[in-house]
Amino acid sequence: MRRALGIGLWVAMVIAGLAVFLLLPHFVSDFHSRDLAQAGAFFIAIIGLNLVTGYTGQISLGHGALMAIGGYTTALLVVHEHWRDVWTIPLAGIVAGIVGFVVGLPALRLSGLYLALATFALAVALPDLIKKFSHFTGGTDGENFLASAPKQVTGLGGITIFGHSMTQNHFLYYLTWSIGIIGFFLAWLLVRGRAGRTFRSVRDSEVAAASSGVNLAATKTVAFALSGVYAGVGGALYVIQNEIVDPLSFTVSVSILILVGAVVGGLGSLWGLVLGALFVEYLPTISTHVSTRPGVPDFVYGAAIIVVMILLPTGAGGLIQRLVRPLTSWLYTRP
Amino acid sequence: MPEALLELEDVEARYGQVRALHGVSLGVAEGEVVAVLGANGAGKTTTLRAVSGTVRRSGAIAFAGKSIARRSPEFVARLGIAHVPEGRGTLSELTVAENLRLGAYTRRDRAAVREDERRVLDHFPWLEERRDQRAGTLSGGEQQMLALARALMLRPRLVLLDEPSLGLAPKVVAEIFRIVGELNEREGLTVLVVEQNASLALSASSRAYVLESGRVALEGTSAELRRDESVRRSYLGY
Amino acid sequence: MLLALDWTQLAQQTVIGLSSGGTWALLALAIVLIYRSTGVINFAQGEMAMFSVFIAWSLVNHGLAFWAAFFLTIAISFAGGVAVERVVIRPVEAAPVLTVVIVTLGLLFVVDGASKIFWSPERRTIPNAFSTRPIDVAGVAFSIQDLGNIAVSLGLVVLLWGLFRYTKLGLALRAAAGNPDESRLLGIRVSWMLALGWGLAAALGAVSGMLTAPALGSFDQNLMQPVLLYAIAGAVLGGIESPLGAVVGSLLLGVFVTLIGTYVGWVGTTLRLPVALAVILGVLLIRPTGLFGRSEARRV
Repeated sequence: MRRALGIGLWVAMVIAGLAVFLLLPHFVSDFHSRDLAQAGAFFIAIIGLNLVTGYTGQISLGHGALMAIGGYTTALLVVHEHWRDVWTIPLAGIVAGIVGFVVGLPALRLSGLYLALATFALAVALPDLIKKFSHFTGGTDGENFLASAPKQVTGLGGITIFGHSMTQNHFLYYLTWSIGIIGFFLAWLLVRGRAGRTFRSVRDSEVAAASSGVNLAATKTVAFALSGVYAGVGGALYVIQNEIVDPLSFTVSVSILILVGAVVGGLGSLWGLVLGALFVEYLPTISTHVSTRPGVPDFVYGAAIIVVMILLPTGAGGLIQRLVRPLTSWLYTRP
Repeated sequence: MPEALLELEDVEARYGQVRALHGVSLGVAEGEVVAVLGANGAGKTTTLRAVSGTVRRSGAIAFAGKSIARRSPEFVARLGIAHVPEGRGTLSELTVAENLRLGAYTRRDRAAVREDERRVLDHFPWLEERRDQRAGTLSGGEQQMLALARALMLRPRLVLLDEPSLGLAPKVVAEIFRIVGELNEREGLTVLVVEQNASLALSASSRAYVLESGRVALEGTSAELRRDESVRRSYLGY
Repeated sequence: MLLALDWTQLAQQTVIGLSSGGTWALLALAIVLIYRSTGVINFAQGEMAMFSVFIAWSLVNHGLAFWAAFFLTIAISFAGGVAVERVVIRPVEAAPVLTVVIVTLGLLFVVDGASKIFWSPERRTIPNAFSTRPIDVAGVAFSIQDLGNIAVSLGLVVLLWGLFRYTKLGLALRAAAGNPDESRLLGIRVSWMLALGWGLAAALGAVSGMLTAPALGSFDQNLMQPVLLYAIAGAVLGGIESPLGAVVGSLLLGVFVTLIGTYVGWVGTTLRLPVALAVILGVLLIRPTGLFGRSEARRV
């Protein structure tokens, strides 16, 4: 009886979530739909980061760079090869996934602090590297969709899907969050299965995992590759939303931002990540609303991060788990 | 029993959500060596941690008549309680000499500290030649003796000794207990020792408590407990 | 080619390199100090140092003589470091490492923002600690400022080393950093030792900043950002767990970057930062624990 109740609650939550997703744009302004779409792009990247850092324990301060790879793949395909922007997304993910795999290889030798430093250095170096290969990447000016390839931009001036007409911003919102939901679901399947257990065993103790037969190298590089795919897709969507990319679109600040989103959302748990994504999307805006006097937005931004971390050291996910635990243990224990 | 130096009454302790002690009451008088025995997981180490304040606890804990139930480990050390933890607690990156110096960290009486250092080196003369050796490179037995020496540098009123025999060869363990016995006889050192090796602990102590699942299952003089065969077999495993 | 080497220039460039490396070494030492005691890289260390420089500027601006301002700033920075640890780090002392990392990142923004609130983002100057005249040593001209920087940096390092090695407080700091639980049992107030560590680190950063700022001519809030990267690079090179390593690594890095900038044409001065980043990556790939770190043996 309790099990049925548990499953029922679950289904109700999922339906409620989907309802919110579908109906939200009708309750917020068009402009906010754009913001939410961008939050969605971060959400996808944060899922990926959570897979490699939260579940597998490999700290990465460089996932902004993987987003950049995805974003630039999209930009170059749209501007130079004249692909439709939305069709570039899978390829952006794959390319970023491959780069993630490559990054994962030397990472095998590093752990904890050293891995964080290495990925940090990569993230800092990336904008300069992009500028260095300017003949390939468009250099400091970057690539501008509206200027060079307006016909490849989907939804410009409105779009009609399944008989519904909608603004471009609404379209971007639905596109991003549909992909986000699918990505979330796939990640959820992954972590509750054997893969998830393998990841967590590596996080909790590499020695113990290896002695139990886990292939450390394969696990870590796969985790990096997977997180790369997510980051790449997120980066591609980000660029599609903004219709422009340049070397400064993805500085180390972005890497830091999505790490903050992952930690605030809750590492090692998927449910809080939506909150993490909303946090990193809206905090900068809210900070500027407090005052635009120089220094105040930064101060508010940093103070908010610190306060949230002090109040919720395990992130929103940790809080959700603590709140839900009594409920789930009640639901699933025999009376 | 004479006026207790250390008194525990109905002490409970937990690690996060898990309760390890369910109401332990015991006492140690000045000049006694008291043993706490029991199987793995019975709560022996937790009892010592409750005294030194390194675990979440509730209940009454009094030292020399004053309550220490809410006190931090730093405060407890300043009162003269030296806790030699499980695993020796060696400050591995520091030298032997530095470890000893820190044993007297809370003391202000410089001359007396120097005198104690001489006395400690009398008990453990080999420490002198290893002064500048990194403490982490000592053998297990040597580290245990260093830990004891360091505790003595506090000029403690009470020593909490946690599983001194853990991981050590029998000969070394015997030596350690011999030294403890000597310190107790000659200098009146009060010791509360937790041990899995019941026979050893019973020969070194005057009284003992046997813990089971976080409670005191049995108490009495060590002589009694040693003699009682049924007790030995069911609680002490020999 | 060796015979064509201009020894004078080599000596001069080396001293310049040591001077920069010396200021980086102080910040690197601060980073290692906090890493060893709190277990995280304090990403806000550079900004905290920058804040100290602005305090120094205000003191000088209000009429205080340079050296008085210098020492007062060090004292204020020390207090500030202790305060930061008590207010911001202590609440998350027991939290997972990444949480503390995020807190230091938040701190970065807070300090940066605060500095912009109190001081407008225009360029300022503070007076030089040492005169900029050249001095003749064995027939070669060196700048007094460079020699002075080296002297102050090395002097401070020796002072700190003495503190840690020979004083009871230093001993307690080391014990608290390495074995916090065991230290508590000995009566050491580990929490306050952490705060002390942060205070010392902040003081080191302040000196680093006050030596860096005049060397650049004018400065603004971005002053210490590159220095933080150089300091991290130097600490990684020398071994991030080792204070000696941090100092030697930074000095070596300073000389290396300066010499490469002078002798390898296409590097020049604009690519110094990428060179430092390359050093970080290179060291991490070859020998992560750096020159002086003990290599961790792990067979699995």
